[in-house]
Order: sequence, then C-alpha cells, then structure tokens
Amino acid sequence: MSSLSYIFKRLLLMIPTFFLVMVIIFMLVRLLPGDPAIAMAGDRASDADIQAIRERLGLTQPMLVQFWLFLSNTVQGDLGRSILMRTDVASVIADRLPITVFLAVYSVVLSLLIAGPLAFVAALNRGRWPDAVIRTVFQVGLSMPVFYIGLVLLTFLAAQLRLFPVGGYGDTFGERLYHLFLPSVTVALYTSAIIMRNLRSAIIEVLDAEYVQFARAKGLPPRLILGRHVLRNALISTVTLLGLSIGNLMSGTLVTETVFAVPGMGRLMLEAIFARDYPLIQGLTLTFALLVSLVFLMTDLFQSRLDPRMRLQ
Amino acid sequence: MQDQSPILEVDRLNTTFHRNGRPLPALRDVSFSVARGEVLGLVGESGSGKSVTLRSIIGLARRYGEVTGQILWQGRDLLPMPDRALRQVQGREIAMIFQEPMTSLNPLLTVGLQLEETLQSHTDLPRAARRDRAVEMLDLVGIPSAAQRLKDYPHQFSGGMRQRVMIAIALAANPKLLLADEPTTALDVTIQAQILDLILRLADEMDMGVVLVTHDLGVVAQTCDNVAVMYAGRIVEQGPVRDVLREPRHPYTVGLMRSVPENLPPRTPLYSVPGTPPGLDALPPGCAFAPRCAACIQPCQQDRPGLSLIADGRQVACFNPVTKAEGNAA
Repeated sequence: MSSLSYIFKRLLLMIPTFFLVMVIIFMLVRLLPGDPAIAMAGDRASDADIQAIRERLGLTQPMLVQFWLFLSNTVQGDLGRSILMRTDVASVIADRLPITVFLAVYSVVLSLLIAGPLAFVAALNRGRWPDAVIRTVFQVGLSMPVFYIGLVLLTFLAAQLRLFPVGGYGDTFGERLYHLFLPSVTVALYTSAIIMRNLRSAIIEVLDAEYVQFARAKGLPPRLILGRHVLRNALISTVTLLGLSIGNLMSGTLVTETVFAVPGMGRLMLEAIFARDYPLIQGLTLTFALLVSLVFLMTDLFQSRLDPRMRLQ
Repeated sequence: MQDQSPILEVDRLNTTFHRNGRPLPALRDVSFSVARGEVLGLVGESGSGKSVTLRSIIGLARRYGEVTGQILWQGRDLLPMPDRALRQVQGREIAMIFQEPMTSLNPLLTVGLQLEETLQSHTDLPRAARRDRAVEMLDLVGIPSAAQRLKDYPHQFSGGMRQRVMIAIALAANPKLLLADEPTTALDVTIQAQILDLILRLADEMDMGVVLVTHDLGVVAQTCDNVAVMYAGRIVEQGPVRDVLREPRHPYTVGLMRSVPENLPPRTPLYSVPGTPPGLDALPPGCAFAPRCAACIQPCQQDRPGLSLIADGRQVACFNPVTKAEGNAA
C-alpha cells in the first residue's frame, strides 16, 4: 500500500472528527457567560441597538439554523467577521497562524535537541551521578509552571542582561529565531522534561533487549548498536508522546504568547475570549483542532516509517 | 569426533551479579574446554548458570556483573581484553545464537541489513559481495527464495524461519565456535529436530565447535560429544556423553535422567527431582544439592565437594557418588 493512499484515508477520517469538533465548539461558545451583542454595543447602547446587533449576528435564529449556517459557511472557508478586529476571521487567523506554527516547531526542535542527548547520557549512566543530576534538574523543570519560568527568563535574560528582546516577532528568519528564542525555550523546558524521562526509560529498556544483546554478540561497534538498534526502537514510544505533547504545547501558547507579547494565535484567543468574539473563538478553536489533527497524522506516518509492523496492509 | 587440542579453555570462571547491593554468585569455578569440531552439551535446570556461562564467554555478562577466572580463546585470555579487541572475537571467531527467535532479531530492521552489518564489521567485502554472501547464508540455512527475502522484516518470518535467520547471521563471518543458548526451546517440536540437524550439519561442514545449552537430555544424547551438568552455578559432573548417560555418578544427573519419561506405560506419574534449586542468595554452606539429595551424607552439609577425576575424562563433584549398581536401581 502506498503511503499516499494511507494519507488520503486518514484525511477522509478527519471529516467526522471535524463535524464533532464543530458541534462542540458551537455549543461551548454559546455556553460562555455574557452576551456578545452587549459587549459589541458598549455601555451606552439602547435595547433596540442591542437587538439590532443580535439580528445582524444571526443570534435570534433557532439554534439548529445557527449551527447550519456556521457549518455551511465554515465548509466554504467563511469563518465570519471578527467582532473585535472588525475584519474577516479567516484573514486574521491567516496573519497569526505562521507565528504560532513557527513558535511550535521551534519549541519542538529545541525540546528534541535538549532531551535527546541528555536522555542518552542519563540512560547509559543509569544509577550513577550524571543520571541523578539530569533527572533532578528536569524534575525541577517539570514541577515549575510555564509562565513562571517564562517570567524569570524574561526578567533576567531580557530585561536585566538585555541578551534577548522582551517581546515581539521579527521580519526575517534570523530575527524570528532571535525574538522567539526565549518563548521557545520556556515551552521546550517543559516538553523536553517529559520527552527526556520517557526516552531515558525507553533506552534503558531497549539496552537490555535480546536483539541488542544479539547485536553486541555480533561484535558491532557501539555507535552502530546505539544509533541503529537502540535509538530507533526507543523512539517508537517517544514519538507517540511527542505528538501528544505538541497538542499540549498548542494550548501552552496561550500563556507563552501572552507572557512574551508574541502576536500569535494563542494571545489572540485570549483576547477573543475576553471580548466574547464568538466568530473569532470558533475560528481559532477550529484552527487549533486542525493543527493538532495534522500533528497526530504526521506522528502516525513517522511511526509507520519507523516500525514496519505498523505499516497497514 | 575431535582429537585436537582445545580451542576454548574456561578455567575457574566466576560470575557475580549484584542485586540490591548483595552479591549473587551466578557462576562458581566453572571449568571446561572445547576442541575444534566438538559439540559440548551444557545441561541443568533453569537458573543453574548455563546461559550465564555462554554470556560470560562472549563478553555480554561483564556489562552486568563481575567476571573473573580465565577464558582462553586460542591461547588468548578474553577476560582482560578491552571492548575494542573483544569485538574482533565476537561474531567473527565466536558467535552466539539465542533462545527466543521472536525477540532476538531487531523488529525494525530487514534481515538483510542485520546479516550484512555482521559482514561489514568483520570482513572487507564490498557492498555487492556482502549482499551475495547474505543470500548465500540464507540459502545455506534453508530459507526458500533467499534473494527475495533479504528486504523482509523479522515479523514476516515464522518462528522456525527466524531461528534459521539468526543462525545465518551468527555464522556469516565463519566463526570457529558457536554458543547456542537453548536454540530450539521456543520452537514447535517438529521444527526442533530440523534446527538441531541444521546446527550440527553446519558445525560439521565449517569444522566449528559448539557449546549447546539445553535442558533436554534426549538432545544431548543425540547431538553432543561431551556433556557438563550444571547445578546452582557449578558444574557437578562432566565427561563423554555416552559414559555420563550410561553411568551417571552424581545423584543430580541421575535425577535429571529419571525425569525424562521413557518407555513408560500410559498414566504413570512423571518423576521429578523433589524440591527446588536454592536461590543464589541463599546457597547452603555445603553441597548446593544436599537438601534435595537422597544420597546425602554427613559431610555434604558442611563441606562443598570439588570436581574430581573419577575415570578417564570423567569428573564428578560428590562425596557419595552413585555406583553402577545404584545407578541401575534408580
């Protein structure tokens, strides 16, 4: 079976998932306390004004009709107009999406760069001092809230030492790497702690596996045993976890982007929630759901590349 | 049969693991030798140290515990050898196959790669020649349409075929000694004989010594030249197979032989040696078999009998060895 037709099948399976996601989004937004029409109209608006806004937003129609409109517009790519930004939701998201994706990819790459080598060092020195040091440091990283680490980094490295900018994005690729370094490290510290713990125990388990003993008995050099036999097998469980952590990381951007004043989707989401901007909340949630689904799809594809037993016939 | 000087001489091998800070004496004073082309059987119950013996010889045990004594391989002691030098022996001169064909091959790599990486480490063959040799080896161990199967993964083979693949990988670099750790235990009975035949035929063709670990005395009788019986980390009896099996002198060997059901009428209760082997952390001060031994006498409780020569090439570690008459009665 070609991987193309597998991808196509997986994409088809995303249709029912997204229908459910849309039902949930639609209901959640309407369960939020507060009335968007009142929020839009301001304090001094009359009841008639508010009623007019409600009608313009379609909030006076029955729920099912509202849902149908939401569904059919979304399928056509129309996510509605943002109350807050006074423009198309789709174009607002299109502006912010690359920033958040950049931040997420950057964080994942940093996490892997931190977690991978340290997991190996810890696993190969199991029970000795390097293992103990690495595990203790990461335990501290795991138990501290992300926003707190972010604020500490911001205060010392950006505000006092002026090594990094306090916020913002950048225009060129290099500038973005520089601007987003602190927020990415903040996210990566947490994610890498999870990855490191998992990878370390996976490596320890694989090191004792019979096929690794067999590889040693064959007289293979250590770099071949570690790189070819140990790492690949240890990665199988870690890749699943990495996919799940990227899902977590997406919701983490809400906090990180706010702390570091990064104009991404996370911060926008927070603003949209405070403004009761229904269309924007719906559009953003949908986009996050789409991103997470794509990450899971990529995780599965990568896993089937790693493990021949997972290749579907 | 062989009549050369030994290629492998194991002398007072001691292997100790540590668990929760306490030493576990897995092997004590294990000594034996293997000549070129000789098949030596190592028998005993689970936990008697058969596998640890093989793993100590090929250098796997030293990563997990302390190995002392002497392992003379063609005159060189393997124990003090640094890892780098040992790798020139592992797989190239001494090869090992494992019990579980399901877990001993890497599930993520094609069998072709797992075969060729051995060749790459131990020969100067270019890529194309390695591939040819890989096909030749798979062919040699009886895998049909070998050339097409190089790119298959282990899970695409049956248990018996996987064991053949493992043999092909182990023998790819033409070793002079094969350590076989219960190579047929995990297989169907019908396949077991085929795999044993294959190992013995290849050993014969390649003039290779074999140390065959098994708990099956029937296998020993059919395949081995010499046999060493192990109990609680020590060799308790060894000698030529025919002599040992015809006239076992150690009560434990007698017990092992009695537990092989042979020519019994239907529904006869099966015999087993009473009791269980002692834990390695709770060995008795005297003979480790004494608590289960019917022939146990006074000294057995306090002193440990050493292996002593009782006849040409036969050694037994017992204060009260079974005589011929008793052996027949048992």
